[in-house]
Amino acid sequence: MTGRLERSATYGVLALFAVISLTPVVGVLSTAFGSRSSLDTGFSLPDGLNWGNFAEAWSRGHFGSYLTNSVLVAVAVVAATTVLAVLAAYAFGVMRFPGSNLLFYLFVLGLTLPEEALVVPLYFDLRYWQLTDSYWALILPQTAQSLAFGVFWMRTYFRNSSRSVIEAARIDGASSWTTLWRVLVPMGRPALSTMAVIVFMWTWNEFLMALVMVSDEAHRTVPLGLAFFQGQYSSDTALLAAASVLIALPVVVVYVALQRRFIEGMLTGAVKE
Amino acid sequence: MRRRAGDRYRRQAPGQPRAVGYLYVLPALLLYAVFLLFPLGQTAWLSLLHWDGLTVATWAGADNYRALLADPSLRGPFLHALALLLFYAALPVALGLLLASALSRFRVRGMTFFRTVLFLPQVLAMVVVGVAWRSILGTDGLLNDTLRAVGLDSLARSWLGDQTWALPAVGTVGTWVETGLCVVLFLAGAQRIPRELYEAARVDGAGPLREFLAVTLPALRAEIAVALTLTIVAGLRNFDLIYITTSGGPGNATSVPAYEVYHRAFETNEVGSAAAMGIALTVLIFALTVTVARLVEGGRGGRDKPGARGGRGDERRERGGDDS
Repeated sequence: MTGRLERSATYGVLALFAVISLTPVVGVLSTAFGSRSSLDTGFSLPDGLNWGNFAEAWSRGHFGSYLTNSVLVAVAVVAATTVLAVLAAYAFGVMRFPGSNLLFYLFVLGLTLPEEALVVPLYFDLRYWQLTDSYWALILPQTAQSLAFGVFWMRTYFRNSSRSVIEAARIDGASSWTTLWRVLVPMGRPALSTMAVIVFMWTWNEFLMALVMVSDEAHRTVPLGLAFFQGQYSSDTALLAAASVLIALPVVVVYVALQRRFIEGMLTGAVKE
Repeated sequence: MRRRAGDRYRRQAPGQPRAVGYLYVLPALLLYAVFLLFPLGQTAWLSLLHWDGLTVATWAGADNYRALLADPSLRGPFLHALALLLFYAALPVALGLLLASALSRFRVRGMTFFRTVLFLPQVLAMVVVGVAWRSILGTDGLLNDTLRAVGLDSLARSWLGDQTWALPAVGTVGTWVETGLCVVLFLAGAQRIPRELYEAARVDGAGPLREFLAVTLPALRAEIAVALTLTIVAGLRNFDLIYITTSGGPGNATSVPAYEVYHRAFETNEVGSAAAMGIALTVLIFALTVTVARLVEGGRGGRDKPGARGGRGDERRERGGDDS
């Protein structure tokens, strides 16, 4: 039996951790609603709800166009990763061919590889192909990096999907292509959506690649927008906080809605190697 | 299940040549090769050159790598990164174990809420995290306000602008980000520990500490390895946060390899040196993750846990099992 005291102590510690976890988040949120006249550079408590900060940050920081860019890039990366990863993982998961192991590990390698090891030549390559300052410069490298996770994640699904289902489809005369799209992909919707959400988050939050590949404003994504915004309005904490909220919100909403699948996916999938 | 080993290559997809597997892999492999494998090779090549990104490159051989060891401005970032691992990996794992072991002793209500909240920092863009923490650690920030409020005015300072304190300050942000991850991981693992083990330990008169050492810790071995791998990789890939909070400063107090790669390649035009840094960082990450995997593998043969150890061994076992 555990004592009452121990119980409350445990809840106390847990609550403390939760408060520490939330403080910066709540701080930003409350500052975002605060008044802009405050000279304090730290967090402030709002004197009402100043929705105006968001409108101001939105228009001054051009976050409308940055958000459009981010959505476009994220959707393209998620779509491309999903299709390519499903195809490759299907082969790795249910087919046997010489060298399949080696090829699979080549993909998995990408999970621990830091992008700092790629970004320098990628910049010169893409510049040579005149693709810097274009959506391609953001979409293609990030899709390649997401494939490491996508292939790993979907292969696990295909391996665990029931053999008998695949065999039954075969007996019915389905080709491997039909089996994949008509049977396995519809059945694998949970696995697919978990992957899509995680790849979406990584793409949305990606900073280094965007910083290097994009110098014109027209192709800036939101994290980049925030970094530049901070440079310009470093003393305008309310605006800065409002901009941060605008950027974090899409991911946080998705996270809170799907937290269980999200956490499991991140833990299983991010566990590379 | 019923197929024999002999025809495993032929019978996988009836009516289709086995080479069809390559066709499925090909599109992904092409993109992956062009935008990941090939650049990786290029980085290795660039690291052997003296190149400013503009004029003709000259052969450097191992010069760039020798400089990593000899030049303090290149060696420093690696030392900083290793120091940061205390904050990014060691501390979160320790805190996570502490909390998880306390929580594993009985059913906690509201676990979903706590888990969601604790894991939240993992979801936020590092840029946002950086902006938030700059506010907290700034001269008039929350931390200094709190210190002043409790009468410790003398301790208040510009944490990120202080030669001594900037690195620990950045590290604290890392602890904040990674602790939740560890807690959530360890809790998931602790839930799988059979209750009877605790009861048996208690019957034997074990206190909380012995219980932790004898039951919880061994059972969480795999999760600890996973947590260490994830936090080490996160700690060494730490570019965004440094860029947003300190840009490596004050002086070089918080420069880390991930930041130096960017700084050298795109700001000071030392491309060869940046590439060598990138390769060295990659090697360091691999070395540390393999070490963690080995440590766990060494002490224990059993439980199958994808990713907990270096995949290779798992893979062979898995395959042997599923094809025959």
